[in-house]
Amino acid sequence: MATLTSTANPPTTRARASRSERLAPAAFLLPAVLVVLFVSIFPLLLSLFLSLSRLRFEAGGLKVQFVGLDNYRKLLFGSEQKVLFGTIATPSLVGWVVLGAVAFLMLAAVYRAIRDARSGRAVVGRALAGMMLIGLTYLVVASLLAPEGRPGTMVVTMLYVIVGITLQYLIGLGLALLCAQQLPGRRFFRVVFLLPMMITPVGVGYLFRMLADTNKGPLEPLWVALGMQDFAWSNNAWGARIAVMIGDIWQWTPFMFIVLLAAIEGQEVEPVEAAIVDGASHWDIFRHITLPAILPVSTTLILIRMIEAFKIIDLPNILTNGGPGTATETMTLYAYRIWRALDIGGSAAIAYLLLFLVTFFATLYVRALRGRVSTVR
Amino acid sequence: MKSFFHSASPFKPSPFRMLVSYLILGAWALIILFPLYWLTITAFKLPAAVNNGPFYLPFVDFQPSLHAWEYVLGEVGNDTIRLFTNTVGVSLISATLTLVIGSGAAYALTRFQFRPKVGTVLVFLGCVLLAAILTALGAPWGLAVAVAIALFIISLVTIARRFTRTLGNNDIAFWLISQRIMPPVAVVIPIYIIFQQLRLLDTWPALIITYVATNLPIVVWLMRDYFASIPYELEESAQIDGASRFRIFSQIVLPLSVPGLVATFLFVLVFCWNEYLLALFLTNARAQTMPLAVVAQNATRGPQWWYMSVLVLIMIVPVIAMAIALERYIARGLLVGAIKG
Repeated sequence: MATLTSTANPPTTRARASRSERLAPAAFLLPAVLVVLFVSIFPLLLSLFLSLSRLRFEAGGLKVQFVGLDNYRKLLFGSEQKVLFGTIATPSLVGWVVLGAVAFLMLAAVYRAIRDARSGRAVVGRALAGMMLIGLTYLVVASLLAPEGRPGTMVVTMLYVIVGITLQYLIGLGLALLCAQQLPGRRFFRVVFLLPMMITPVGVGYLFRMLADTNKGPLEPLWVALGMQDFAWSNNAWGARIAVMIGDIWQWTPFMFIVLLAAIEGQEVEPVEAAIVDGASHWDIFRHITLPAILPVSTTLILIRMIEAFKIIDLPNILTNGGPGTATETMTLYAYRIWRALDIGGSAAIAYLLLFLVTFFATLYVRALRGRVSTVR
Repeated sequence: MKSFFHSASPFKPSPFRMLVSYLILGAWALIILFPLYWLTITAFKLPAAVNNGPFYLPFVDFQPSLHAWEYVLGEVGNDTIRLFTNTVGVSLISATLTLVIGSGAAYALTRFQFRPKVGTVLVFLGCVLLAAILTALGAPWGLAVAVAIALFIISLVTIARRFTRTLGNNDIAFWLISQRIMPPVAVVIPIYIIFQQLRLLDTWPALIITYVATNLPIVVWLMRDYFASIPYELEESAQIDGASRFRIFSQIVLPLSVPGLVATFLFVLVFCWNEYLLALFLTNARAQTMPLAVVAQNATRGPQWWYMSVLVLIMIVPVIAMAIALERYIARGLLVGAIKG
């Protein structure tokens, strides 16, 4: 009992407090790390193993056969290459210009790393990243900007990600800036602008299938006026792709909007007040006060959306079923289609290729921004 | 005319700016609301009114009917209520847990320096691989995991101090977000096996654990930015007054980040509320959620648009109510007011 009562003494309390202070960092961080580890490690390992094997469903049950890199070889060089990479053709003049520009930028980056006498690893890292980027650019250029080319699922996915995120961010930022003003009735707009995000993605897919119907959909008068009432999405690759992108933008602009709005509303008022008193223009205030304040949130937002957008599946699956052919098919949808055809190994291999691709882009993005935007004190 | 372009008070936009703002906001509101209007009237249409071409106005173009509502709430009403309860329960619990765990981690990553050693991470990976290989060779997975954990702890207390290369907070954050890269299609079978082994299939905990784990990275990343924007001086003065870290976090940092917390809570809630693929695999009867019901309306006879619309409407009404209730917290000046007071 004596020891128990003695804990009330100030010195002991301080000792306990300092121990809890020392443990505080771990206590704050560990729960999150453990939960994520628990759910992620085993799936990562198992799907890696599956991507290296072939599963057969036979009378006796499931038969797993280790096949090494066969699944990957089939995707990258074999029968599935046309689906993944599309038809590669000689790029047009514009294509060559784009490719040349990217190659020049990469060479410049490597040259700067050598000139600044960075460590050998930094130079090798930049050279590898540069080669990868040039390769990807060639893939895009030779399938999109070539007269005879046809984009594969990889290029289509990147197209959705880049176009989608750029437009979502710009629209979301514009709307957030407008909604941050003191306008009567702005609460109405703020709630309305959130709505699309709240609908289940599969529901959005079906909703846009109703809207895109050229015969029974609400836009039918428009199609008739344009003389396109017999137009079929299933025949027009670019029409179908644009429909998917419109659906994606409709659904995910709210995410950008609300985070940016919270960031704009959360910034301190004094600098803005001072700037207004000093007669700064709206553009000056945005450029020098608001933009720097929301930049950290913006980079995070774009990274999160980029990772999510690479996994886009519901819209193309429900709206166009990946068609015409595989024109609107994304890598996740491709993996899902093969998976339903019971080629579990091939599906896991596509997922791992996607993992590789997204990790590459995410690392590049984070590295490029790390020096400029630091969120850590 | 000058007063039309210039406002009286520095914070009030000028009438011209207001007009332009309203035009743009109104146009986007129209883009958002029209599809939802179409969804709403479809919920009141008879199949014939959907299939025979576009009809726009109830009572003018077509006669509204409650047949879809009677089916969803009456005929299969018990199922709908069960699914709805599951959706509400699972999402609220998941979102709350994710926010609690995630904001703690985000706070840790903005205020403390972590130096995990590369060697420790490698040893950990080695132990994981060992457990995997043991299981593949036929050992019971419980034993394999126990051996791996024991080995990991032993190596932590023995050889770990020799490692010198360290990682930083940014690497931890990047590792967390990278857990979201894998598409659900690829991880759904392994996750199914985990919960099958734990005998948790078709229960709330299975969904909640999965949703917490998949949404944690988003919470950590978003809250990290909000926490980083809170002036550190406040916490320092509280520390000098003798407040503990947990007290500072709960009494100073969290109240100051209410706008961010509210926005993040809404996202996670919405993601859990609407998640489809994982719910499809982890549940089969008792714990099913609403998105499964929506997709189930795409029957062999073709999509039953009217039932689907009713279900989607039932799903979004509570979330909208919550968004309206919480929106006021995402308001200007909370931060500034707290610092001044």
